[in-house]
Amino acid sequence: MPTSWSTPSDVAESLADTGYLSDARIAQVVYLAATLNKPILAEGPAGVGKTALALALAEATGRRLVRLQCYEGLDEAKALYEWDYHKQLLRLQSDEGASWDDVEGDIFSESFLLTRPLLEAIRSPEPVVLLIDEVDRVELETEALLLEVLDSFQVTIPELGTISAVTEPIVVLTSNNTRELSEALKRRCLYLHVPYPTIERERAILRSRVPELPELLAEKIARTVASIRTINSRKPPSVSESIDWARTLLALGIAELDDQVVSETLHVLLKYQSDIEKASKELTLPDGSGAVPA
Amino acid sequence: MRDVLAAFVEELRSAGIPVSMVETLDAADALPHTDLSNRENLRATLGATLVKNPRHYRAFDVAFDVFFGGRRPFAEADPSPEGDHAGAGGGMDDDAFREAVIDALLSGDRDALRRLVGNAVDRYAGMQPGRPVGGRYYTYRVMRRLDADDLIMRLLAALAITDADSAIEDRIQREEVEAMIAGLRTDVDDEVTARLVEERGAEQVAQSRRIALLEDVDLMHATRLEIEEIERTVAPLARKLATRLSHRRRHGRKGRLDVRRTIRRSLGHGGVLLDPQFKPPRTSKPEIVVLCDVSGSMATFARFTLQLTYAISSELSKVRAFAFIDGLDEVTRFFGPHTDFADALMKMSSEASLVRRDGHSDYGRSFEEMVEGYADAIGPRTTLIITGDARNNYRPAGAHHLEHLARKARATFWLNPEPRRFWDTGDSVMSSYSPLCDRVEQVRTLRQLETFVEDAALSRSPQRQMVG
Repeated sequence: MPTSWSTPSDVAESLADTGYLSDARIAQVVYLAATLNKPILAEGPAGVGKTALALALAEATGRRLVRLQCYEGLDEAKALYEWDYHKQLLRLQSDEGASWDDVEGDIFSESFLLTRPLLEAIRSPEPVVLLIDEVDRVELETEALLLEVLDSFQVTIPELGTISAVTEPIVVLTSNNTRELSEALKRRCLYLHVPYPTIERERAILRSRVPELPELLAEKIARTVASIRTINSRKPPSVSESIDWARTLLALGIAELDDQVVSETLHVLLKYQSDIEKASKELTLPDGSGAVPA
Repeated sequence: MRDVLAAFVEELRSAGIPVSMVETLDAADALPHTDLSNRENLRATLGATLVKNPRHYRAFDVAFDVFFGGRRPFAEADPSPEGDHAGAGGGMDDDAFREAVIDALLSGDRDALRRLVGNAVDRYAGMQPGRPVGGRYYTYRVMRRLDADDLIMRLLAALAITDADSAIEDRIQREEVEAMIAGLRTDVDDEVTARLVEERGAEQVAQSRRIALLEDVDLMHATRLEIEEIERTVAPLARKLATRLSHRRRHGRKGRLDVRRTIRRSLGHGGVLLDPQFKPPRTSKPEIVVLCDVSGSMATFARFTLQLTYAISSELSKVRAFAFIDGLDEVTRFFGPHTDFADALMKMSSEASLVRRDGHSDYGRSFEEMVEGYADAIGPRTTLIITGDARNNYRPAGAHHLEHLARKARATFWLNPEPRRFWDTGDSVMSSYSPLCDRVEQVRTLRQLETFVEDAALSRSPQRQMVG
């Protein structure tokens, strides 16, 4: 076990110390991941704190965070490793006439290797937290690159052989579920579905992220946001948006959340005009600056 | 515990959730690190190791509650339904009993509520040992006698004192009251389940309570709740369909020279450019034309196919949608990328001209209108997707019009929501159309649609391939 956690509540406590409020399920899954050395696959809507979980884990365990941001077109050379061929060319040119055997062994050695995040996490002498962010953005074929790393924390480089992890990293993958991930990938992970928080938890998050927020206002914000999420909108407000909203209200010096205020600040929560119109209609709000009548 | 785990996994598999051997072993490894006395910890452990798809969580929860509900039925703890125990509501009349339930809900007193729920099941469920009835029936009876609508009214009335005229507060309170009642229903359900498990054993109860996975729900008869959930899962599927249709040609003609990779390769032979590398050819941009029967009998299904079309149009730029009943109209404009789907549906039904005569499907006439009005929409790169039950109300099939359209398209797919065995019965004229299509699929469930999407890339008929 990489840390001193001996129960899930230890996990919850040390995460809370970093400002990340978990719940029983998150704490249990993180505890299992740390105990069984398995990667966590966190899936859920955007902005519910999946990435923040990895950041908080790094802080709580005092480990370095190695981050691989996924995108369409990500390949081996960007995720795993690449040979530094400029340097290899220089090496070849710098002593022409040397015997081939000497040079060959030389240019395919570790000093000519450019490590990318996955290899970096494996080779790190200190244990790290490896965050593979938005894994649903890579193509299905590229997913396969990750399997060896997730399975046994090792990377195989044909010229060098297999490099195994010295220390065991905590691996967190996140996905916004824009496409379904392969069975092979899911099988190797502990699956953590992260939905929108309950009202109680959201209130606690608001209180911890915006400490100057009055208790009553936090409660009201959490309840209102939960209600707005039930409207079938294109982009329901995420936790980060409700935090933004709380900060906005504070900055405006508003202590009481009435219909007029909600209507005027709705654009902080909702990012599409069509969503704003729809929400105003459903909540039967008076016209405000945020709500342009259709 | 291992035996229970094995039985539980067996139940999940029977419900259709794919659980692999490795995952079962993971769960077994994780159990020693789980506080088994805490139900939610156990739920987290089993959920994280066994169920890897949010769509499956509902079915998982149902099975979990039956197997690990872990609560003794209330009747066991207090075997005196006749006695007038304070708080248990034993001797009250129905009205006073409901009042007690409301008090417990408002004060959030879990213990009192549990006692009352146990009592309500005694009073109203009419459970008899050995009666071959599923638990949901008993829950329904209890909730009916408690009169959920009346409870909602009374709760709202009780809460309304706290706040005055705010539309938002109103809405929030209504939602919270509805959540309370939903919670009460769950409590009743738990109590009924606990008693049934006591009587029949977990395996059997789980079997009788099993619910269909979302991907197996019949789209023609889905409930509103299921439709909403299905609609949330459409976007990833549309994305998959879009990529499948932009069929990447891996062989044959190569693209432009890839300088970076060529130089990289040349290192193997001392910097000599022996082995030129090429970029893969550009992916072809597919065009999709959807013809959708939106007549009354197809309403639920049409809603679903239009939603899919709407989702695809945010992935691909060249998507055109046509809706028809006994007339056809282009509806692409309603489903642009920045519209709201529900609004678009409303606008479509009020603005598009889809009815020429009596508002019963006329496929022949609709295809004819397509040929006459929009033949240029279909070109050699177009995939034509038709959705409908081919129930033509005994009108001319007009297959030659479809043939005309299909010949121009790259591929033609027909998705029919009716079970295959009903095709060509009554006024269905499926067989006049099916030879003209590359694929004709029965699509009643999300799973069948997914299979269709998986295969879509491979689906050019042999005859077409020979022509080129």
